[in-house]
Amino acid sequence: MVNSASMATNDNFGQTERRDAWWLAPLLTALGLGIFGIYATWAAFQGVNYEWGPYLSPFYSPLLQFSWLPRWFSPALLILPFPLIFRGSCYYYRKAYYRAYFVDPPACAVGEILPHKNYKGETAFPFILQNLHRFTFYIAVIFIAILWYDAIVAFDFGGKFGIGLGSLIMLVNIILLSLYTFSCHSWRHLIGGRLDCFSCSKMTEARHKAWSRISLFNEHHMLWAWMSLFTVGFTDLYIRMVAAGVWHDWRLF
Amino acid sequence: MANLNEKLETHECDVIVIGAGGAGLRAAIEAAERGQKVAVVCKSLLGKAHTVMAEGGIAAAMGNVDPADNWQTHFKDTVKGAKYMNHWRMAQLHAQEAPDRIRELERWGAVFDRTPDGKILQRPFGGHTYRRLCHVGDRTGLEIIRTLQDKVVHTPGVEVFMECTISHLLKDGDRVCGALGYWRENGSFVLFKAKAIVLATGGIGKSFKITSNSWEYTGDGHVLAYDAGAELIDMEFVQFHPTGMVWPPGVAGLLVTEAVRGEGGILTNSQGERFMSKYDPERMELSTRDIVAKSIYQEVKEGRGSPHGGVFLDISHRGAEYIKKKLPSMYHQFKELADVDITKGPMEVGPTVHYVMGGVKVDPETCQSNVPGLFAAGEVAGGMHGANRLGGNSLSDLLVFGRRAGLGASDYVKGLSNQPKVDDTDVEKAIQEMLAPLDRSEGETPYEVHRDLQRVMQTEVGIVRTEEDLKKALTDLKEIQARAEKVKADGLRQYNPGWHLAKDIKTMAKVSEAIARCALQREESRGGHTRLDFPEYSNHWSKHNSIIRKESDGSMTVSTAPLPEMPPELKKLFEEEKH
Amino acid sequence: MAEALLKVYRGDEKTGKLVDYKIPVEAGMVVLDAVHYIQGYYSPDLAVRWNCKAAKCGSCSAEVNGKPSLMCKTRLDDFDLSQPIEVRPIKTFPLIKDLVTDVSWNYEVNKTIAPFKPKTENTDEWKVYQEDVDRVQEFRKCIECFLCQDVCHVLRNHDKKDLVNKKDLFAGPRFMVRLAGLEMHPMDVANRIPYIKNEAGVGYCNITKCCTEVCPEEIHITDNAIIPLKERVVDEYYDPILKMWRAITGKS
Ligand SMILES: Cc1cc2nc3c(=O)[nH]c(=O)nc-3n(C[C@H](O)[C@H](O)[C@H](O)COP(=O)(O)OP(=O)(O)OC[C@H]3O[C@@H](n4cnc5c(N)ncnc54)[C@H](O)[C@@H]3O)c2cc1C
Ligand code: SF4
Ligand code: SF4
Ligand code: FES
Ligand code: FES
Repeated sequence: MVNSASMATNDNFGQTERRDAWWLAPLLTALGLGIFGIYATWAAFQGVNYEWGPYLSPFYSPLLQFSWLPRWFSPALLILPFPLIFRGSCYYYRKAYYRAYFVDPPACAVGEILPHKNYKGETAFPFILQNLHRFTFYIAVIFIAILWYDAIVAFDFGGKFGIGLGSLIMLVNIILLSLYTFSCHSWRHLIGGRLDCFSCSKMTEARHKAWSRISLFNEHHMLWAWMSLFTVGFTDLYIRMVAAGVWHDWRLF
Repeated sequence: MANLNEKLETHECDVIVIGAGGAGLRAAIEAAERGQKVAVVCKSLLGKAHTVMAEGGIAAAMGNVDPADNWQTHFKDTVKGAKYMNHWRMAQLHAQEAPDRIRELERWGAVFDRTPDGKILQRPFGGHTYRRLCHVGDRTGLEIIRTLQDKVVHTPGVEVFMECTISHLLKDGDRVCGALGYWRENGSFVLFKAKAIVLATGGIGKSFKITSNSWEYTGDGHVLAYDAGAELIDMEFVQFHPTGMVWPPGVAGLLVTEAVRGEGGILTNSQGERFMSKYDPERMELSTRDIVAKSIYQEVKEGRGSPHGGVFLDISHRGAEYIKKKLPSMYHQFKELADVDITKGPMEVGPTVHYVMGGVKVDPETCQSNVPGLFAAGEVAGGMHGANRLGGNSLSDLLVFGRRAGLGASDYVKGLSNQPKVDDTDVEKAIQEMLAPLDRSEGETPYEVHRDLQRVMQTEVGIVRTEEDLKKALTDLKEIQARAEKVKADGLRQYNPGWHLAKDIKTMAKVSEAIARCALQREESRGGHTRLDFPEYSNHWSKHNSIIRKESDGSMTVSTAPLPEMPPELKKLFEEEKH
Repeated sequence: MAEALLKVYRGDEKTGKLVDYKIPVEAGMVVLDAVHYIQGYYSPDLAVRWNCKAAKCGSCSAEVNGKPSLMCKTRLDDFDLSQPIEVRPIKTFPLIKDLVTDVSWNYEVNKTIAPFKPKTENTDEWKVYQEDVDRVQEFRKCIECFLCQDVCHVLRNHDKKDLVNKKDLFAGPRFMVRLAGLEMHPMDVANRIPYIKNEAGVGYCNITKCCTEVCPEEIHITDNAIIPLKERVVDEYYDPILKMWRAITGKS
């Protein structure tokens, strides 16, 4: 057996020979995800101000209201777990939080905290569950359909077609959410990536086309992830502010 | 005296293959599949041999793109490219067997670029009548070596010894019996006892200053064979590739693949003139390498060169998309190393030492040299490419003759009646020679001698030669050989490049002498050998090969041998054309 | 003439230290040129690997200012030359001397991968289209520089290199690339998915993408090789619906 021991196993947390600002990217990620997380939790527990006119906050859609639930229970709490596990098991977000929160690794060629023998990666509980990401994707697709419905309804001002700033924000939001969802790695795999031969039949050729197209979007999956994260939060904020009467919805048409 | 009594690591095998490029790996596979126990030894890590750098493609008359192509045409192109100087039988076997060798690679997992109807794609190249070069973008060699490497790993009976340098061949009487080497890692010696040896060590480019070759190309195989009594043939024929990088200085000599011209690249001088129309109006940029190289040399000499002493090569008219797809590594090479975007503007290029046509004289069928049990294949073998090699013919040569050498060695071993024996005193003498530079308390560094050797070869035995220069080169080389015997290697035996070079410069000086001697003898200009004092073809020399031999007193002599005559049915191929 | 100060690691694992060298800087010079200058003029026994000098062979891997890089591709003028440039050997493998490490572990891993197994030996029947091999060709660009192996924290910090029991083993990004190239080959019929999950330990990869960041061949290691392999492992091991589908139809 060859001696193969790494010379870096005893590196301490943050130990590196890199001289650039390697800590900046994980720090920004941690802040970005942290701010969103705090805002989303706060908004989800509000249980008010999530609707205004034709607008419905994405945190609260589909709106499930049951009479048997206590009054203080916000309807957002029933549905938010699903987008949460979708994003939580997303290949991109995994990278982001493994680096930013678990510092495993904090950045490339930088020392870690965990003692080296205990590392299990995604081979053991809990992270082995990440393998179920495709099922969260299936659920996410249902949400996408519902949010498209919401976005279309947002142009319906009491039976008359209209455009408010809120309608546009909801439209942009669902477009970005769709881009994010359908650039998913699992989806890319299922649509065509699983095939070994693309040219073998008419069917596989069609799947190859779809795969190629999705691959183009998939390359920017991280971009869609951040942009849609921002718009989904902002859409809620906008509707919340309008509903609370702090802002006024701007009617364009 | 250091360590003579240390226990010498010893391995026994049937065949030792020296070199793990395309030729060596193919030979090893063949010999092992025929039941031989094979040791493959190489100086670098596995997969890093020169073959990995080959870019443009591998020539074989598959007729996938041009169905009219056949082995006869490939044969004729090769012989004409070689200026009728090669061994007809090698050229014939090469043209006939190359397609099979490529199909075999595909079966072993190689993934070539494809035609629209799902076959291996072929591209045009200098001197080839048809589109003939199977390729993978501009990293064909990588594909080939990786395929062979993975095949070797799963071939029972082959063991690979990497980062191990063979310094001496050993003989029992007139047969070979083994080889001595050292581990680069720790400098300890290792003895291989073997019944047959296949040399597949590649070329000699490191004797020159401007070269596309790596540190490995020190002519080891040539000199190992020569010292073992094998004849070398046609050593004057050194290929200057027309297009090497000329700027910046650090990368001068780095290859710009011929595929750039194959894909439509245009050569111009400082006046914007497409000068190849003067030298070869028919084939233009796709003329043979010797002609293009000399044309560029001429343009620069007459003052029409580019700012850094080359000419311009432009492919930008093919469009960025196409270039990035078909020539990705050229694109990156220029972008990253020279700040030039070849999708937007021209590159500056000039000739660079690339390949040696000359080498160990071998029997075409078995690749055996005149020393029993000593075989050679690939760039280290001579005779296949005559005075000039066509692009793409080397990779196919490696496979065709690598296989044949493996086969030949295997048959030879099977035919042996008794096992040859290694003589311990030979081993001891070799070890002493190796350790001497480390034991010296004073002396030059080998790097200094190497720099001088490169300067001599570049200026005196370069792309154009004269009697005066060559004679001077021979005296200079004598002096360099004497200095090489006295260099001092600093440091210890562990991974010590200076110590390794101390041996290499002796080898390079010897192979350089062989080149200079042959060049002085051949009083004509042909292919890779140009004499200003004899600018024409000569009738006499068109029928003679040069031969280098080691005499019993240890001196090097040069002589000639008649060129083997082509049988009538092959000759006819050339006559048919004239009508 | 401009000068650069190089600090080069000299010695073995225990006694090594950075040694200063002053180098005259030429236009377009790369770190490997500087190292050669040191060999040629100051220190002939400085150990370094290189072959092509053109980023084609993957020999000259090192860590320049802490970043895993090919020395022949790293230009001096990309640095602020008023600061020293530090050149160290790659860290994930045992040091032999100076800039040379023992990377033989990688060759041992390669041996454990089942070789290419074609559907048919008769290549006349092979019809393989460019669209089928585009993916595979990306993976076959790999020059085995092992920079991705060097930077991968599973090997670098967690040292998952146990080739004996194969329990604590991660084959590393380089071999995920190789495996992807075999698994996605349209003509290959061997099944390496159990190997990828169990021995090669694809689950150890937490897709943090450092391998992709350093790959000089710009192979999208994580997105195009590792994630698709993880998905293939899911197909076979973690997807009850596909399992049922396979049971019913007998297809995969
Ligand atoms: C940049 C470049 C591009 C090229 N492009 C093309 C092309 O497109 N098409 C084409 O047909 N040809 C091309 N060539 C030429 C071709 O690549 C080489 O001629 C060919 O690869 C040589 O193969 P080989 O097997 O003979 O030797 P190599 O592949 O060079 O292998 C030599 C082996 O011998 C070993 N060795 C040497 N000396 C010793 C020793 N003393 N002890 C132990 N081992 C030793 C080395 O370590 C190495 O493993 C190109 C060459 C270069 C440099
Ligand atoms: S993505 Fe996976 S393989 Fe690549 S460096 Fe990170 S952990 Fe290693
Ligand atoms: S995948 Fe990239 S980084 Fe890894 S060994 Fe290959 S070329 Fe190097
Ligand atoms: S990978 Fe990000 S959503 Fe599936
Ligand atoms: S020397 Fe070949 S990659 Fe740097």
